[in-house]
Amino acid sequence: MFAYDFMIHACIAAGIVAVVSGCVGYFLVLRGQTFAGHALAHVGFTGATGAVLIGAPPLAGLVLVTVAGGVGIGLLGDRLQGRDVAIGLVLSAALGLGLLFLHFFTAYASQATALLFGNVLAVDVDTLWAMLGLGLLSLAGLGIIARPLLFASLQPDLAEAKGVSIRLMSVLFLAIVALATAECTQIVGVLLVFTLMVGPAATAQRLTTRLGAGVLLSVTLALAQAWLGLVLAYYTDWPTSFWIAALSGGTYLLASLTRST
Amino acid sequence: MTSIEIDGASLTLGGRVVLRDISLSIAGGEFIGVLGPNGAGKTTLLRALLGLVPISAGRIAVLGQPPARGNPAIGYMPQTRALAATRLSGWDVVASAARGTRWGLPLLSAMARRDVAWALDLVDGKDLATRPLIDLSGGERQRLLLAQALLGRPRLLLLDEPLISLDPHHQSGVITLVDRVRRALGITVLFTAHELNPLLGAIDRVLYLGAGHAALGTVAEVITTPVLSRLYGAPIEVAHVNGRIFVMTGDHDAHRHA
Repeated sequence: MFAYDFMIHACIAAGIVAVVSGCVGYFLVLRGQTFAGHALAHVGFTGATGAVLIGAPPLAGLVLVTVAGGVGIGLLGDRLQGRDVAIGLVLSAALGLGLLFLHFFTAYASQATALLFGNVLAVDVDTLWAMLGLGLLSLAGLGIIARPLLFASLQPDLAEAKGVSIRLMSVLFLAIVALATAECTQIVGVLLVFTLMVGPAATAQRLTTRLGAGVLLSVTLALAQAWLGLVLAYYTDWPTSFWIAALSGGTYLLASLTRST
Repeated sequence: MTSIEIDGASLTLGGRVVLRDISLSIAGGEFIGVLGPNGAGKTTLLRALLGLVPISAGRIAVLGQPPARGNPAIGYMPQTRALAATRLSGWDVVASAARGTRWGLPLLSAMARRDVAWALDLVDGKDLATRPLIDLSGGERQRLLLAQALLGRPRLLLLDEPLISLDPHHQSGVITLVDRVRRALGITVLFTAHELNPLLGAIDRVLYLGAGHAALGTVAEVITTPVLSRLYGAPIEVAHVNGRIFVMTGDHDAHRHA
């Protein structure tokens, strides 16, 4: 299978995304913000379709609008009552707008499918470099804020008293999530961002109570699921995103069953 | 040595004056029970000492300094409500506060690890360190949070409602533990609570807040009809029954201290 360039590209792309989403997703699950991550992916859909409409690269639109959305949700505040309602409204408004953009550009229906469900086999070298850059950026950002972010996530009141800005943490983290989400979309698409961002992280948090081991396990699971998904897709000719989603969901289910017995 | 000096201070929260022109002085090493009805300003006072609520008039000195966020000499235990329901181990939860304001990865130095172990040891929390937080009982969580508040070896400990949602047996356990830690370290403790009776015998003095006023003194001085009538702005009766104290307004039980 490695005789084909597109398979090699796909493996590299899946590897980058798995490492990034394994790390970022761990904190996303820890903070209970998975819904925000999901919403950001949908907002990104609008950005990508909007970019296509004006002739810009979809990835640029995706990244820009997702990061703007992340900062926006972060500014709404960590303790805002009805935060889920606000996210839900932003989400549906964004999807509606995305549909409108698509309506004007019906010729690109396959592009829409790629956005919604991902198309890892179509990743070219330029996209790979862009993904590597974005991945390093979000990992570096996470590395810088990891310590106060953990403090603010576990003990917001104490962290605030000690001088951590809860609002700043929320905004910075969601900007990082937005970058990671934009990357994930390349592999599994807008609708299945959960599979790589949330599945491995949630499984890891079920299996270990230690922070360091949890992040490592989350990355390992994401990598294994992404690559195994590619291999299975190659041999079955079923969509890669389906296989990754199935592996991610299956592993979580298995982990919860073994823990509860 | 004076731990807290408040001189004519007023605290305002969202346009409402919570405490008006209060003055008091708390000595180092004292165990102070902070009481008062809901909304009397117990949490607001603690947050003002932490530098989280601005002082609208007067002056407050904490360990000789004006209140400032991030004062390492103050240990703070917020109400547990905000605590995340996480599967992370007790150790990781406590350790997240060890110099948690610094940028970078949450990797602890050997010194910080010793500090976490020391704090866990003080609260008999070694056995809690390996268990996931979500599996711990209310009393066990309070012990971990106390350990977290002790990181950095503070000289003043602010505990916000540590007894909330604990049964009487665990309540007395928490109070005994706090008192033991206070004596071992020689630190000042401000302990807010809804009920006075569990604290009787442990606290040195009581700080009673109500109707914007504050009264600080021994239980015998403060829990009296004239003082409490002023704080509640209504006639109050104080009844002593079998070593316990009940505060009543008219026929009604104003503030059950059982």
